[in-house]
Amino acid sequence: MSIMQYNGGSVIAMVGKDCVAIASDLRLGVQSLSIATNFQKIFPVTDRLYLGLPGLASDVATLHERFRLLTNMYTIKEEREIEPETFAQLVSSTLYEKRFGPYFIEPVVAGMQKTPSGGYKPFIAATDLIGCLNFAKDFVVAGTASEKLFGVAEGLWEPDLEAEDLFETISQTLLNAVDRDAFSGWGAVVHVITKDKVVTRKLKGRMD
Amino acid sequence: MNSLTERFATTGYAAELKRAKDVLGEEEDGLDPMWGSQAGFGNLASGVVKFNIPTVPDPSAFLRMHTDDFADPSCRIKIKHGTTTLAFRFQGGVIVAVDSRATAGSYVASGTVKKVIEINPYLLGTMAGGAADCQYWETYLGMQCRLHELRNRERISVAAASKYLSNLVYSYKGMGLSMGTMICGWDKTGPAVFYVDSDGTRLKGDLFSVGSGSTFAYGVLDQGYRWDLTDEEAQELGRRSIYAAGHRDAFSGNTINLFHVKEDGWKFIGNYDVSKMHYDGPDNTGGYAYELRVEGKSSANPPVTQ
Repeated sequence: MSIMQYNGGSVIAMVGKDCVAIASDLRLGVQSLSIATNFQKIFPVTDRLYLGLPGLASDVATLHERFRLLTNMYTIKEEREIEPETFAQLVSSTLYEKRFGPYFIEPVVAGMQKTPSGGYKPFIAATDLIGCLNFAKDFVVAGTASEKLFGVAEGLWEPDLEAEDLFETISQTLLNAVDRDAFSGWGAVVHVITKDKVVTRKLKGRMD
Repeated sequence: MNSLTERFATTGYAAELKRAKDVLGEEEDGLDPMWGSQAGFGNLASGVVKFNIPTVPDPSAFLRMHTDDFADPSCRIKIKHGTTTLAFRFQGGVIVAVDSRATAGSYVASGTVKKVIEINPYLLGTMAGGAADCQYWETYLGMQCRLHELRNRERISVAAASKYLSNLVYSYKGMGLSMGTMICGWDKTGPAVFYVDSDGTRLKGDLFSVGSGSTFAYGVLDQGYRWDLTDEEAQELGRRSIYAAGHRDAFSGNTINLFHVKEDGWKFIGNYDVSKMHYDGPDNTGGYAYELRVEGKSSANPPVTQ
């Protein structure tokens, strides 16, 4: 079995109208054995930027700490918080540094990006485990249920969803996709990010 | 005189047996080796439907090479794995409980699989391993059990039925059959459970669980098992055991099918959603979930306020 599927877990991010959403399941497993149903895979980077880290659980912990270090160093040097697009480049180069012995993680980035005019625009991105960036305009998926997530998202997503509708869309997408994946599920968490607040909700999902 | 009338009669056991044999294309009473009278050393396959076998010098090695995904994960033919099934004997009969998930790799191919095969009104078989193998051979076993009834004017014992199946699968040993099954029923001797698998193993016992989630089911089952369980307690134990497996094992879950075998044959008790059992329990009597059972019981698990 692939090391990418060893612990299971999935993340999805979607763009809406003046908002983005990022969601993940809560399973931590060891192959077919489910160990925990409260395993965090999505981490806040700034007030408007979240990072999802599906993949090998030990690398989830390692990369979370590593990105915490790198963003803190950035903030100290630049005397400002990192922007989503910059952070996506940072993620990419951090992963490519380990080109010949990679972290087994496929990160997903979602946040509100500052525009030159002073407003905010939605930003999502995902990379593969060695840092190939994918800037999508609609949605990005990663993890053991990625194929299923693509299928459901392709059917449910539409442009310019308001925050509440985006929450419904991403929740239904995730819940229905992970029900078709043996290694993801056991509950879910959703973050809806707008320019001035983040709404986090835990979802009741199938527990089998 | 008796045999003469039997031969030309169009009603009654003998006529029905003759018609059944015509349909099956079997020669008269040519099946003795199948009943183990030669200790399994006869030509077991005589009278059984013939299968096309690969025309290579060593067919079983050829089949093993292309079907055994344990030795070679990249092989062409994948066999369905991942299941939890259990059966146990107690004072009130036999409880049979199974999950309903079918997986192909990590993909949940179905959540509504019938893993209990109703062989006849007194016999149940469970399904683990190759779905087609279990389904086909247990249905075939049902036909042979009916022929036994017609021949002997008496229902087949669970021991005999399970032995027929184990001798049958043994005759195909090494050709890639994959089944782990429990043959459950009620006969002259009372409730009976036999474990039969495609290696040829056949075991009589009080309590069995088979499949990827069997260890989880055994955990709950062993803890709660007593011979003098009431019917309700026994059904709840079966349901709770499959729930535990559905919750912990990625390859088991979706729904639970529960059967109870008594003196007058088996009865389907119900179909239960594993997630509903987690949150609400059967008939909303309280969920099985760990979180619900510990909530508010210690300072580490304070009551949820909302």
